[in-house]
Amino acid sequence: MNAEDLREKQSEELARQQGLENRIYCCTAAGCISCGSDGVRQALAAEVDVKGLKGKVEVCGTGCMGLCSRGPLVLDSAKKKLYGNVTAADAPAIVSGQNHAGVAPATLAERSINLESPFFTRQTKIVLGNSGRVDPEKLADCIAAGGYQSLAKALEDMQPRDVIEEVRKSGLRGRGGAGYPTGLKWGLVAKQPAQTKYVVCNADEGDPGAFMDRSVLEGDPHRVLEGMAIAGYAVGAQQGYIYVRGEYGLAIQRLQNAIKQAEREHLLGNRILEQGFQFRIDLRIGAGAFVCGEETALIASIEGKRGQPRQRPPYPPASGLWGQPTLINNVETFANIPPIVEKGGEWFASIGTASSKGTKVFALAGKIANTGLIEVPMGMTLREILFDIGGGIPGKKFKAAQTGGPSGGCIPEQFLDTPVDYESLAKIGSIMGSGGLIVMDETSCMVDVARFFMEFCMDESCGKCIPCRAGTVQMHDILHRITTGEASPADLEMLKNLCTLLRETSLCGLGQTAPNPVVSTLKYFPEEYEAHIRERRCPSGQCKFAPEGQEVHA
Amino acid sequence: MSRHGYSGAALIEVLHTAQELFGYLSPALLKTIAHKLKLPPSRVLGVATFYHFFSLKPKGEHTFVVCIGTACYVAGGFGLVEKLEHRCAKAGHTTEDGKVSVETARCIGSCGLAPAVIYDGNVLARVTPEALNKELDKIGVK
Repeated sequence: MNAEDLREKQSEELARQQGLENRIYCCTAAGCISCGSDGVRQALAAEVDVKGLKGKVEVCGTGCMGLCSRGPLVLDSAKKKLYGNVTAADAPAIVSGQNHAGVAPATLAERSINLESPFFTRQTKIVLGNSGRVDPEKLADCIAAGGYQSLAKALEDMQPRDVIEEVRKSGLRGRGGAGYPTGLKWGLVAKQPAQTKYVVCNADEGDPGAFMDRSVLEGDPHRVLEGMAIAGYAVGAQQGYIYVRGEYGLAIQRLQNAIKQAEREHLLGNRILEQGFQFRIDLRIGAGAFVCGEETALIASIEGKRGQPRQRPPYPPASGLWGQPTLINNVETFANIPPIVEKGGEWFASIGTASSKGTKVFALAGKIANTGLIEVPMGMTLREILFDIGGGIPGKKFKAAQTGGPSGGCIPEQFLDTPVDYESLAKIGSIMGSGGLIVMDETSCMVDVARFFMEFCMDESCGKCIPCRAGTVQMHDILHRITTGEASPADLEMLKNLCTLLRETSLCGLGQTAPNPVVSTLKYFPEEYEAHIRERRCPSGQCKFAPEGQEVHA
Repeated sequence: MSRHGYSGAALIEVLHTAQELFGYLSPALLKTIAHKLKLPPSRVLGVATFYHFFSLKPKGEHTFVVCIGTACYVAGGFGLVEKLEHRCAKAGHTTEDGKVSVETARCIGSCGLAPAVIYDGNVLARVTPEALNKELDKIGVK
């Protein structure tokens, strides 16, 4: 297929879709599948067959529609109605409902979700533009939605340096958490004289509470492949790897399928779009090690070794996979590339704040009404995200929002009006992170939360450097004593010292950021620590203390 | 292994496939892999023990993986672990009769459905201790 064929294929498929009376979208992302959306989809398809509507009505499975808390979700595109908590028994009503112009039956109508609610209207979808609108398992569907057009544009009309310039102009920063300017990184790799270079997509989304990357991979895998191919063209690499978590079975399966489809149509592989550019993508499946999200550990893991980080520099753009220059970006970063190439860097830079451009995908979870996947422009305040889009906290009082997973911090109520961008979050002791946003209400004990994250870091420490290996154990020990009422004020001092020690002496990001949850909770909720230690009381009633008199362990 | 050209770099892929085929990685299996990939056995064992995903012990007939990621933790995932530990085996272990394995996971990415449990490969959403009780009764755990 060349670029001409691609455009032809797009108009053909679009014409076919417009010829249909209706397309019914059924969410088949992991969240909805575990609520039984597979059965719903089959029932819908069977109902279409029974009613003899084949060729008029099409049922397609899609990626995440966002509102995971109401799954399984079904969207009737002709009537623009979204239904939540759908069961297989609703299929006749949904399918027949659209033949008669009348309203859907009462029970279904009750479960229809207002598409004009802030949850939908306040979002800006770039990365998730196709998610929930295309069938991730059908290439034709993705092409109809504009897939691979940016790759065609880059190969036909742009020099590699033009692509990098466009990305630089866009102001896109790494979405994995640290926020390194993407254009700068691409330029560094492109500058290297080596013949063999690699492009690696970091899909080892290990932060507990984060599922953005998984949703992007499940909902629109071709977009990530396209972004990687464009990156390969820009930096001069012929081989790409996607390092994806072993826990993400569905994402792996859809990626494998997408790669096969794209290779068959010459959108990947040799002579892409009949141009002189070749680029292959292979999957590497992770095996459950959080530290492999760190770039040097990830490289070690792709090479088949234990995923332990190494000293940097040299940074991967100079010496990465098998000692060759390597470009590593996160899933979401690559997913931003096709729209940037299509619409230009200036368009992208017009969204967001002065230092953080574009949008960010967040996974809303915890004690919040609308859990799910959202995408908002940078600079929106936490209050808008949590209360307008997230729908607030059901029945309880807000206590803290946690961003950035085990490397992030807890943000208390007084900072709810902070705009969400890389710098502002760093200023209040948290990080942007990959986009997990977990809400805690007054029943969550902040000391216990800190202990929970420390336990995580203790388990996930790779054991290579001592501050992290031993420090996390000591910190967890102290936090454990605090939550069981056995700690002394001296322990608190020790805890503070350890925070500084780990931050300053650990080898990689895991150890350096491990104290963040402790530091931020100590700073914003000191009274909770005090109550645990001095009064042996847990203000949220979460911690269970040993009865008085038994706490002395010799 | 031939698919990966017997290359040492494919060790993790090979271990994945081996575990899929045999259920767990026995010492004999690890030795064979080391031999075939021309790697020192210590390297193979080192990699197999480093990653949580690989299991060196046989698994039970049924497996419950309780998610204790942040969202599930906030929503009460530990209560589920306690329930399973009470009725079956300690987390990370299998009951003596080989019936049930209890494991924990650091976020399975189903945070919208917290607390979540993977029961024999299927994700159960918004699990309560009572729901777990029912499942355990169904498979005849005392």
